[in-house]
Amino acid sequence: MPPLVQYLIRFYQSSIGKKIIVALTGAALMGFLVAHLLGNLLIFSGPEAINGYAKKLHDLGPLLYVARAGLLLFVVLHIVCTIQLVKINRAARPQKYAVDTVRQATKSSRIMIWSGLTILAFVVYHLAHFTWALGNQYHDPGMARYWVEPGVHNVYNMVIDGFSVWYVSAFYIIAMFLLCSHLNHGFSSIFQTLGLATPRTRQPIDLAGKLFAWGLFLGNISIPLSILFGIKS
Amino acid sequence: MADSKSSLDLTLNVWRQTGPDAPGRFETYAAKAIPETASFLEMMDIVNEDIIAKGGEPVAFDHDCREGICGMCSMVINGMPHGPKRGVTTCQLHMRSFRSGDTIWIEPFRATAFPIVRDLAVDRSAFDRIQQAGGYITVRTGSAPEANSVPVPKPDADASFMAAACIGCGACVAACKNASAMLFVAAKVAHFNHLPQGRPEADSRALGMVRAMDEQGFGNCTNQYECEAVCPKTIDAEYIRQLNRDYRNAAAKEVVGI
Ligand code: FES
Repeated sequence: MPPLVQYLIRFYQSSIGKKIIVALTGAALMGFLVAHLLGNLLIFSGPEAINGYAKKLHDLGPLLYVARAGLLLFVVLHIVCTIQLVKINRAARPQKYAVDTVRQATKSSRIMIWSGLTILAFVVYHLAHFTWALGNQYHDPGMARYWVEPGVHNVYNMVIDGFSVWYVSAFYIIAMFLLCSHLNHGFSSIFQTLGLATPRTRQPIDLAGKLFAWGLFLGNISIPLSILFGIKS
Repeated sequence: MADSKSSLDLTLNVWRQTGPDAPGRFETYAAKAIPETASFLEMMDIVNEDIIAKGGEPVAFDHDCREGICGMCSMVINGMPHGPKRGVTTCQLHMRSFRSGDTIWIEPFRATAFPIVRDLAVDRSAFDRIQQAGGYITVRTGSAPEANSVPVPKPDADASFMAAACIGCGACVAACKNASAMLFVAAKVAHFNHLPQGRPEADSRALGMVRAMDEQGFGNCTNQYECEAVCPKTIDAEYIRQLNRDYRNAAAKEVVGI
């Protein structure tokens, strides 16, 4: 094996190495979440805006598949590394304390694996819902409502119809809440794990993480809420 | 002698385990007329004398200096390594921190890397193995060098000194939800990496000590900082950030070969 590969494997096998991978992929996925939200918010500018944006994305062609493959790689790395780390953590303390105390760990930091797995379940559901159109007629060529022109989806109507179902919106809002809990701890953790936070910047970073998480939560749920309450239809 | 006003009657639930592989369980003991001026370990001594008088086996626990500097005492008291007070070791914890009538749960540090020897005594030699992987500097031996021949900037000396305060007790491991040793390793690495004498081996130290840590069966840091909250020497989790940085740089250099 070439030494370069050997040392890369060695890096991956170390605890901090895996954590750095989790941090970097987490940061990249946060970037995706921001872009995704900004695109979605176009729904408030009306059908033309969001449908035009969707068409532009679609017209990227092969580039879109490169982006999707990259995202998938980040997601897989993020999850595989964390699951390996969690298994080591569990093995490191098989016997629990009779009296379990928490001194200063935040709630969001203590449910990372559960918030993360819920997000994974949600992402699979979300893709099945909008991308693969399982259990709905979004891809049915006979449904004129879901097409702007042949081959071009009417994303606006898909979103309105999707979120008009209360339990779809409810699951979405719960998943977004857990996502933002995950981001709250994830944001400051990225800076700690990459060795970037300093005593002077730690507090502002924590605050920025909170604002980022809440901002993303409110931005995302504004869409189903405004549909549920009939502001958008 | 303690008068009745300044003494406490307590109920202790103490973890008893006859050996590393024996099953353990809690035993309940009454600790009567404990002077509030007694240290926690002295309270344990009193209880042990009572157990011995009744023909039982005394509770085994580690201790040595009893003045907060050796790092031998341990114990998790009501879920807190070294008990409820910040910046204090078990040997320096006094019974005035408790109230008469209290029930106290006393457990050993729990971690795969710290196997239980007996009762409350655990084997912390995993820390020694980490130390051997980089907790040293290479110097010319012989006559003592001139003390000030290597200038050390004050901020570096302070940062190193604060890390060097680590007594290696293992409370950080005991408090961490993942039984991670990152605060200990971070302190030991920073102690040398902040000093000019430690710089030549800074990279190999970070790599070596982190790898030795991984091999001992400790968990991984999830940035919750329970460790710094229980550290009897109040070592800051900022040192963990510095270890992450040092390891990151050293590993990157190692991968590309510079
Ligand atoms: S016995 Fe030495 S630090 Fe407690």
